[in-house]
Amino acid sequence: MITADLATVLPELLLALAGLGLLMFGVFHKGDATRVVSVLAILAFAAALLVMAKGDTQSITAFNGLFQVDRFTVFSKGLILLAAAFTTAMSVDFLEKEKIGRFEYPVLIVFSTLGMLTMVSAGDFLTLYMGLELQSLPLYVLAAYNRDNQRATEAGLKYFVLGALASGLLLYGISLVYGFAGTTQFSSLTLVLGATEGAAPSMGVIVGMVFILAGLAFKISAVPFHMWTPDVYEGAPTSVTAFFAVTPKIAAFTLLIRVLEGPFGQLGHQWQQVIVVIALLSMFVGSFGALGQNNIKRLLAYSSIGHVGFALVGLAAGTEMGIQGVLVYLAIYLFMNIGAFAIVMLMRRKGVAVEGVDDLAGLSKTHPALAYVMAGVMFSMAGIPPLAGFWGKFYVFMAAVQAGLWTLSIVGLLTSVVSAFYYLRVIKVMFMDEPKGEFDRHIGKPAKLVLVLSTAVIILFSIFPGPLLSSAKVAAQVLFPG
Amino acid sequence: MYIAVVFLPLLGSIIAGLFGRVIGDRASQVVTCTGLGLSALCAALIFQTVAIDGHSVTVPLLTWIKSGGLDVSWALRFDTLTAVMLIVVTFVSFMVHVYSIGYMSHDHSIPRFMSYLSLFTFAMLMLVTADNLVQMFFGWEGVGVASYLLIGFWYHKPSACAAAIKAFVVNRVGDFGFALGIFGTFFLFGTVGFDDIFAAAPSKAQTIVHFFGCDVNAITIVSLLLFVGAMGKSAQLGLHTWLPDAMEGPTPVSALIHAATMVTAGVFMVSRMSPLFEQSETALAVVTIIGAATAFFAATVGCVQNDIKRVIAYSTCSQLGYMFFAIGVSAYPAAIFHLFTHAFFKALLFLGAGSVIHAMSDEQDIRKMGGIGKHIKVTCALMWIGSLALAGIPPFAGHYSKDAILSAAWASGSTSGHIAFFLGMGAAFMTAFYSWRLLILVFHGKPRADDHVMGHVHESPLVMIIPLLVLAVGAVLSGAVGHDMFVGEENHEFWRAAIAILPDHTALASVEHVPDWVEHGPLVLAVSGIALAYLLYVVFPAVPSFLATNLRGLYLFALNKWYFDELYDFLFVRPAFKIGRGFWQGGDGALIDGVGPDGVAAAAKDIGRRVALLQSGYLYHYAFAMLIGIVAIVSWYAFMAH
Repeated sequence: MITADLATVLPELLLALAGLGLLMFGVFHKGDATRVVSVLAILAFAAALLVMAKGDTQSITAFNGLFQVDRFTVFSKGLILLAAAFTTAMSVDFLEKEKIGRFEYPVLIVFSTLGMLTMVSAGDFLTLYMGLELQSLPLYVLAAYNRDNQRATEAGLKYFVLGALASGLLLYGISLVYGFAGTTQFSSLTLVLGATEGAAPSMGVIVGMVFILAGLAFKISAVPFHMWTPDVYEGAPTSVTAFFAVTPKIAAFTLLIRVLEGPFGQLGHQWQQVIVVIALLSMFVGSFGALGQNNIKRLLAYSSIGHVGFALVGLAAGTEMGIQGVLVYLAIYLFMNIGAFAIVMLMRRKGVAVEGVDDLAGLSKTHPALAYVMAGVMFSMAGIPPLAGFWGKFYVFMAAVQAGLWTLSIVGLLTSVVSAFYYLRVIKVMFMDEPKGEFDRHIGKPAKLVLVLSTAVIILFSIFPGPLLSSAKVAAQVLFPG
Repeated sequence: MYIAVVFLPLLGSIIAGLFGRVIGDRASQVVTCTGLGLSALCAALIFQTVAIDGHSVTVPLLTWIKSGGLDVSWALRFDTLTAVMLIVVTFVSFMVHVYSIGYMSHDHSIPRFMSYLSLFTFAMLMLVTADNLVQMFFGWEGVGVASYLLIGFWYHKPSACAAAIKAFVVNRVGDFGFALGIFGTFFLFGTVGFDDIFAAAPSKAQTIVHFFGCDVNAITIVSLLLFVGAMGKSAQLGLHTWLPDAMEGPTPVSALIHAATMVTAGVFMVSRMSPLFEQSETALAVVTIIGAATAFFAATVGCVQNDIKRVIAYSTCSQLGYMFFAIGVSAYPAAIFHLFTHAFFKALLFLGAGSVIHAMSDEQDIRKMGGIGKHIKVTCALMWIGSLALAGIPPFAGHYSKDAILSAAWASGSTSGHIAFFLGMGAAFMTAFYSWRLLILVFHGKPRADDHVMGHVHESPLVMIIPLLVLAVGAVLSGAVGHDMFVGEENHEFWRAAIAILPDHTALASVEHVPDWVEHGPLVLAVSGIALAYLLYVVFPAVPSFLATNLRGLYLFALNKWYFDELYDFLFVRPAFKIGRGFWQGGDGALIDGVGPDGVAAAAKDIGRRVALLQSGYLYHYAFAMLIGIVAIVSWYAFMAH
């Protein structure tokens, strides 16, 4: 029994051991071990990915239902591991240039990723909470990683306090659910809530669900639980921001889908209303908030809030097609963002990082290749066909329309028009303004790789949408048995 | 041959237009002139075959539009009417091409000019060889475009640009009428092909349509709409304002477009549609009155103009009036005959005027000329010939055609015909007067130009003089030679099916039977007009200015062209600008831009600022927002539960 359970959690086990081992290695390694540890961490991610891909992809539960693996978790974990690997790879050069390269950085990322994998696979609210905390704590540290920088420490502190609040909300919600439903296990909850079908669901369970939802909404920075995002994105070192923008978001979003479609699946009618509202608010804030921003990291923070709003549209639809759309959206979002952040990390003049949108002025003349990649990313984020970002939006809105959520779709389209403004402004600055001076020439191999990959996905998705679409479909089907 | 006559000018135009820079000025001139020369040769051969020998030909090219009942094909139709027009167009155009080599020798874009000239000629040939209304419309618009390009050839001159736009816009008004006429024709006959229309015309003569609440004869409406198109192109009263302004173009352009070809397109079109017009007495009466009024009006204005080209331009306008009232009294052959002779002597006059302008260092005001006749004897002699022809002095060409028209107007016996006759007689008198006023002021008397200009007065080069000589031959002989053919007893043999005249429209047939005073009246009036000009400008030179001062109102009225431009400016141009500005500033600027893009953008910016302001940076604000969110959602459910 225990062997089977351990086999199920093999990827997590591998990451846990890797984290511990790397920590020891770093401590005993003479001199700066950041680069070595980073490479090893990436290998660990790759190994975990490999193990997961090799493993059984049927739905399995382990540890008496505390842990579950199925195609949905595999899809989600695949994205998480990819994102973690890419952001780690991108970080090395950046950290060295910022002179904050220490071996704990990749180790923290490994532990955080471990937490994410755990929470995505949670079959019980207790596992969920444990995983969530395990991913959060390293993030707090990472946010303040540049500990001599006032803004970074401020960002870390804010994130920590608000994160603690969100954790508290989540925990309170879990306790309420336990109090009213008598269980914390997902499968049992489904049965309990399903049994009261017809009758109005207990108010206590609903309040508990709302609190849980709020806790998770904080992690994906959906409005009104988004307030930390712009400050933390701006304050944290850019490599950390890149990690924040992608990895935990995907983890928390898939977890949200799992919780809402799994244990609370029977309350679909109830949570749909909340999701619609926060989707609307997120799209609105994400579009309008960024209009006046000149800091590119802050701009991307609002952009990510907007993207979460769009993805929530698919969740609000609550159909298999909607979930498929969300998963596709998240995958595309991953590649667009690592592309954008890879370029932001290269914005460096005479060794000093710059973050203003106007610092990009004339990039098309000084670094044409970068400018074109960035333009591609921005067009894609704005949802200009035939780039991948368009299809991401297309699938979620399609699902929303089929589910009859007209208001949501129309508002979504309108706000995406508004958001197009600031994406296009970046392009305008790069291509039409006079150059402000060159960026430093050196572009590391990982950055190159990420840029090429990101561009390839953005462009090629239109031509070869098959693999992503079908795997997302398979993953979404898990949540809609029968 | 039939295809070459039309497409050689197009070929020349394309070569000169697209490759002019590569092949150079000289080659462009050679290519276009050769094209036109060959085209003119073909035209002569076609005239022989089609008009003299009587073999009408239709050359189908290809199908153009085939949609439902609409079937339009490209086909070249050659009958006597077309053959006459071909002769006029290709010969005058050829002369103008050759003349341009000399006249435009100092210009910087010779290939462009030659290309436009040939393009224009092609469009005009397309117009006259059209086999259906749509194809004719193609040529019609083609000449419009080419004329726009040529009038505005010196695009750096604001006045030339304005004139080009004016010509184009005023022509649009006419074109709109023409287009409506085509629609009407299609509506009525279900076809746009000439043969089908003409065959069906008599049977539709009594068709009544319900139009704006009244019952009107369908053919009348269609004819009048087509006539509106003709008025625009042929500068008839009301739509004539563009023609004098078009003199901003280079002089060869004036000679080609505004004397011999484009402005006669209206006359040609109405003649071509004669089977249709013949069915409507009303339409014919309208044509008569408008034509006669134009002839008279333009002559009065011509008497007081001071720009040498404008005098000739108004003269053209006036002569076109003659042609139209000839049409109005069903004397189509006389109209085409006058068109034919007029093309020679008016082109001669224009090109002669160009020669004068050339000699006078680009001076165009006849008050600043005088006494140059002895320096440029050839030009002077040629201008005399042109004027004699214009005034209708025998044996020059104008005498035959103008007399035929006036006699026909009298012989028609209708009221409108008689009105036209008297207005035409008045115009004939004034024509002679202003022609000699021009001759005397330009060539005779004392020089009024300064010595510098006078010192430069020189005869034009041979390349300009030869075309003038050729045209002069036409101006002298075309009347006498053509008279019997065009309007003689046996003119049916010549025109055959090209022109249809109802049997009871006998104006032309009874020309020979008019009273003596009608027959000789025009000549008498012309001679007295010349005499009056001689008296006023040679014997008593003080009288004109005395008259101008004492009859100031009348003088200014004529000098300002009966205030047509001012009237249109007030009625159409200003309101149009006002409406345009209203739509632009009020509608587009304030409303659409203001509420639309600008308003939305401003609102978005404002909202963006407010949203960003929420981001205070204070931790407790952030926590507060989260808690408020929770409270709101929970309250929502609590509220919903009850």
